[in-house]
Amino acid sequence: MDLLEFRKITQQIRVNIIEMVAAAGTGHPGGSLSIVDILTVLYFDKMRLRVEEPKWEERDRFILSKGHAAPGLYAVLAERGFFPKKTLMTLRKFNSILQGHPDMKNTPGVDMSSGSLGQGLSVANGMALSGKLDAKDYRVYVMVGDGEIQEGQIWEAIMTAAHYKLDNVTMFVDHNGLQINGPNDRVMGIKPIKEKLLAFGWYVMEIDGHTMQEISEAIDKAKMLKGKPTAIIAKTVKGKGVSFMENQVDWHGVAPNQEQKHQAIAELEGTL
Amino acid sequence: MSITMRDAFGQALTELHNDPRIIVLDADLGKATRAINFKKVCPERFLDMGIAEQDMIGTAAGLAICGKIPFATTFAVFATGRAFEQIRNSVAYPKLNVKIAATHAGITVGYDGGSHQSVVDIALMRSLPNMVILQPADAIETKQAIYASIEYYGPVYIRLSRIATPVIHDPNYKFKIGKAEVLRKGKDVAIIATGIMVSKALEAADKLQAEGIKATVVNVPTIKPLDREVIIKVAQETGKVVTAEEHSVIGGLGSAVCEVLAEEMPTKTKMLGIQDRFGCSGSPDELLKHFKLTVEDIVNAAKY
Repeated sequence: MDLLEFRKITQQIRVNIIEMVAAAGTGHPGGSLSIVDILTVLYFDKMRLRVEEPKWEERDRFILSKGHAAPGLYAVLAERGFFPKKTLMTLRKFNSILQGHPDMKNTPGVDMSSGSLGQGLSVANGMALSGKLDAKDYRVYVMVGDGEIQEGQIWEAIMTAAHYKLDNVTMFVDHNGLQINGPNDRVMGIKPIKEKLLAFGWYVMEIDGHTMQEISEAIDKAKMLKGKPTAIIAKTVKGKGVSFMENQVDWHGVAPNQEQKHQAIAELEGTL
Repeated sequence: MSITMRDAFGQALTELHNDPRIIVLDADLGKATRAINFKKVCPERFLDMGIAEQDMIGTAAGLAICGKIPFATTFAVFATGRAFEQIRNSVAYPKLNVKIAATHAGITVGYDGGSHQSVVDIALMRSLPNMVILQPADAIETKQAIYASIEYYGPVYIRLSRIATPVIHDPNYKFKIGKAEVLRKGKDVAIIATGIMVSKALEAADKLQAEGIKATVVNVPTIKPLDREVIIKVAQETGKVVTAEEHSVIGGLGSAVCEVLAEEMPTKTKMLGIQDRFGCSGSPDELLKHFKLTVEDIVNAAKY
């Protein structure tokens, strides 16, 4: 994937997120837009997968622990070909395969149901332990939000991953700095994230979560690191790509109206 | 002969250690739950999770997705209470093949007291869609329940007691998920019991017989899905039902039986169980007496 291709794909995915959330009239655009670039590098370049065989046993796994960013995941999966793109417009609607939060029983390509925060890393560890027991070389990726690491279970799982030396686990922290009630620092301080993870026995990298090359290199490096799990703290912008959504906490869980939708899409399409 | 269910549980796991799908997870209570026995024969598939029940359940979910059959083990109060929401969202909602095997259920935990006595775990697990709940009555049924849970694909909660219970089943007994077992037939009253209360119900039936009262005794080892057919049938035959369980009367076996009977065969029912209270310290026998879960209490209830 070259940079131009990456930009085209991520632009299309962002447009799709805006359109699907607007069509649903409900959903979480802010945190969906912040993870697009990482998910694109994973699903279009780094992850071993078979679109025609979503449950292929040898595949790399991905868990969206911050499940409310489901539109971001769905848009990536559709763009990658796991299901038709027109399905995106059924987001959150009755009988849709695209539930409000990821549902592994309903959506091709979704490896784990999520939505209740704090649970994804434990599940990733279970998948990674199974892989180690079976001497399989698949990798497990998990995306947590920065606000999400306020959940105690995350730190239990951080201990487990280190204890069992799960170097097949890579955890992204989508560090956009905002959660529903405001900046993390004001709601419940989580800093210093890097030092905490280091103290818990992880490899830690800090990257810009919107730069293809940095994301790509971090993933490659994590594959080479042995004996410990790797955390990639990705500095991101909530609402990335849409000027009036960027860094605006109120766009956490609000859908754009028609006018806002058109403005957002015009902006996104103008950036290429 | 009396054997504890937890010992039978430990034995069953040990016997099954050659099945590479089976993984045992322990939240630092393996010595008490007997899960540690598995570690002795199969250390590579025994996972110490530390004192972290929520993470244990989530890890079990990940293992299950990859084709393993994880047994998450700890005390009933922690398994179902501390990790309830993990069981709900990471196990029951995606219907994953996780077995939650919990020991020290009910008040007969004894001296540890109310903090450790699990009297609402059935209620919690019953409320979850996709959850199967097994509560064996003796050591033989415990082993059978473990085997059956492995044959079945999906979440199963296996509720085991700490104390020794008389063996009431033949070694050739075959357990089937969803089937209740009529242990004795009588026309006057039906005693529907689960877990440690089953052997007490049989004893109570003997005493009632001496007084000329003929009791049906039903063992309900699968609390969910409940064997509605048998419950309706024995209520129809006797017109009088007593339920007995080492659990709150709110949301346990008694509630489940009443839900069926209210819809299908309204029958006056007396529910023996913990009457909306927490437990307390004491010997198992003292506590069973205090909470009115003795053979005498069943006899008296059958005569209402």
